[in-house]
Amino acid sequence: MPIPLDTYRLRNGLFVTLSEDHSAPIVAVNLWYHVGSANEREGRTGFAHLFEHMLFQGSEHVGANEHFELIQRAGGTLNGSTWLDRTNYFETVPSNQLAVALWLEADRMGALLPAMTQQKLDTQRDVVKNERRWSVDNQPYGTWWERLPSLAFPPSHPFHHSLIGSFEDLTAASLEDIEQFFRTFYTPDNAVLTIAGDFDPAEARALVEQYFGDIPRGVGKPPLAAMAVPARFGEWRREVVEDDVMLPRLFLAFRSPPFGTDGYYAASVCGAVLGMRRGSRLHRTLVREQEVASEATAFTFDLSEGSDLLIIDVTARPGVGVELLETAVAVQVDQLRRDGVTGAEVERAVALIETDFVSAMQSAGERADKLSQFATYFGDPALANVQTDRYRAVTASAVNAFAREALGADNRVSLVYVPRSGEAAA
Amino acid sequence: MTTAPRPAPGSPRDYSFPSIERSTLPNGMRIAVAPMPRLPLVTVLALVDAGASCDAAGREGAASLTIRALAEGTTRLDGATLTEKFELLGTGLSSSSDWDDATAHIAVTPERLDPAMALLGEVLTTPAFAPKDVERLKGERLAELMQQQVEPRGLADDKFAEYLFVPGSRYALPEGGSMTSVRALDAGQLRALHSARYVPGATTLVFAGDVTSARAVQLAERAFGGWHGAMPPGARVDDRVSSAGRQVHIVNKAGAPQSELRIGHGGVPRSHADYFAIVVMNALLGGLFSSRINLNLRERNAFTYGARSSFEWRRGAGPFVVSTAVKTEVSDAAAREILLEIGKMREEKVSADELSLATAYLDGVFPIRYETTNAVAQAIAIAQVYGLGDDYYTRYREHIRAVTADDVLRAAQNFLHPENLLVLAVGDATAIRAPMEQLGAGAVSVHEAPAEDGAPA
Repeated sequence: MPIPLDTYRLRNGLFVTLSEDHSAPIVAVNLWYHVGSANEREGRTGFAHLFEHMLFQGSEHVGANEHFELIQRAGGTLNGSTWLDRTNYFETVPSNQLAVALWLEADRMGALLPAMTQQKLDTQRDVVKNERRWSVDNQPYGTWWERLPSLAFPPSHPFHHSLIGSFEDLTAASLEDIEQFFRTFYTPDNAVLTIAGDFDPAEARALVEQYFGDIPRGVGKPPLAAMAVPARFGEWRREVVEDDVMLPRLFLAFRSPPFGTDGYYAASVCGAVLGMRRGSRLHRTLVREQEVASEATAFTFDLSEGSDLLIIDVTARPGVGVELLETAVAVQVDQLRRDGVTGAEVERAVALIETDFVSAMQSAGERADKLSQFATYFGDPALANVQTDRYRAVTASAVNAFAREALGADNRVSLVYVPRSGEAAA
Repeated sequence: MTTAPRPAPGSPRDYSFPSIERSTLPNGMRIAVAPMPRLPLVTVLALVDAGASCDAAGREGAASLTIRALAEGTTRLDGATLTEKFELLGTGLSSSSDWDDATAHIAVTPERLDPAMALLGEVLTTPAFAPKDVERLKGERLAELMQQQVEPRGLADDKFAEYLFVPGSRYALPEGGSMTSVRALDAGQLRALHSARYVPGATTLVFAGDVTSARAVQLAERAFGGWHGAMPPGARVDDRVSSAGRQVHIVNKAGAPQSELRIGHGGVPRSHADYFAIVVMNALLGGLFSSRINLNLRERNAFTYGARSSFEWRRGAGPFVVSTAVKTEVSDAAAREILLEIGKMREEKVSADELSLATAYLDGVFPIRYETTNAVAQAIAIAQVYGLGDDYYTRYREHIRAVTADDVLRAAQNFLHPENLLVLAVGDATAIRAPMEQLGAGAVSVHEAPAEDGAPA
């Protein structure tokens, strides 16, 4: 059941996807800007995400916090998120409120800077520092998602540094940084807009033209430092972190083919065979049979340039030491690499992935986000409609070829959390 | 640049919650079907009146473990085989419990519905409760509790409930049970709970998605027709709170950069006639992003990444609680602002403009909440658990629109109790004890974080 879609580009470069579905009086507006933490300059880690917060602080014709208030008054839901290579902003509103959602997005794309003040920046800087404390510093294992990329990518690589940022760099962020970042990256030719759900296409096109049409094109963004890395780490790196945790936990990462390539789908299915749901190999063997783990999953980061990462995430059972845990995981990975996967395992993985996809596509917001994703990375939202086919095309031999290539001892990073000395769980 | 005037909304399009077709099997099992033929997907949810509220004293966690153990094998299929059979059909059995119910659900494409239903029937009617699997699940729950001792959010939630409710109240212990109670459970107890409470008379099967009522009933009859048993007597939870007056509890987490705050008191049962007024009042106080508490703590003072308030809806009176995590140095200042906002809510009527922030949101967002088959199935289940009636979702929006500023003030005055607030902080006691003593929120008790065996260190 393909997602219907129609695409065009405004004169200023804004790429627009329209996807009609009239089954409920709901419409989703979704904007992806092709900028993420990868685009931050030296000494400004965390800035792309701090900037995302600033986009909710008003624009020329919108007061501070009014963006949230207007959408909620309209009966809508909204948010934004920042990732290594993109930032997205999204609203789902009753369909008679499409204009207000588009108008708000256009006002901040076209005229953010007049609303920016030192006080707003200082407030959001503190909010983000609290977000860091809450999600990273005061949370067991919370540092994993900055430690792992930093282990997996070389220091010069755009994915190496922390997305949430250091306190020091957040403190250093200035209004001049805001202006420069806005002018460089928040331009219509560096964004895609998707409208999905219940709308009239002629009316939507007219609104998009009216609100976004006059926003000037950008002058281009500086190229990122080289994204290409060797397909394998070339070694088995290992970092041990003593943390305020009760149970050891292992993140085992492999470099894997970038999102969207044929190799990606094989890697993704391999990850699902290993760690998607309770019927996966790691759950069955480590949690159910051997009882050495209390949880075991595997997933990809879905990075579209340079290299993606396939990550195994396993937490020990009480009483199980980190060596036993690491060995048990390695045995499973080695075995899969040596003996391969079965057709039934691939069938299970693809069936689960398919159901999850259909399930997600029920939601207008999810459809819009998926279309924006493929529009941003590949200039072609219609790729969303071939995802199921691409997964179905993955054979056991493709998974095995990936496993032989990528799961060896020369392509591993282990990030290991252990309880601080003296706190070890009995 | 963008000079277009701020747009006005168009006229809203009609929306109807999916219609619900009901029937009852001869064995007493209720069936509710909400046809949603848009996408090739069906959610089937089995709702059993066997939530944590029915746990016997000393066996807290039994209800939770029972529903989770259902996925671990039947008398015919061991756990690994059962899991594989579901997953080859592209679905996984999700089973969980709450205070008032236990549910097992699957989402599956229509062509795989027949075998998936047969498995679901087998799971509910003939679970194995193999001792080895039950022991493993107990171990997983104990691992979770152990981890929570250093996880401030979950710890704060559990400690708040522990200090709020009278000792012995089921609500004073976590829904999934404590270290002591979980250790004491065994397969025989779960089997007994299953035979007493997992009966067709206490079960509703909800279908939402690409399925007709006729097919749903036929599949249900085939999978559950041979099952027998009437609804057992319901359990009533002692929902009294432990003491009147204000009190402050600090659970020490030395060196913590933030304090997890929980501030509140006893709430109201879900069946309360003022439900809609309370929902709107809470949305304005701390339920929405643009609520008073969030704007104050986050956008005005930058104390936190977020702050919210909620009434936890149960058959008994669950807690009312404001939750946030704030930088250690401002723990007392943040608590003070929360106390002020709770007090102010009771002092004067909200303006029409402020009222409409909540009513327009709750009215407008309604169709967005029910886009998916899972969401519709869950909504039908909730209406069943709390006896809300078949027209609940068709009339929800008119109930919200009918709430007035007077209703909001009355709800605040009747159901917010500033004189009885319990303030709990999980944080660095050395840094926050003295400031919290100046708060005027009552005597301060400091507790060490629980030791590994669950007892205070």
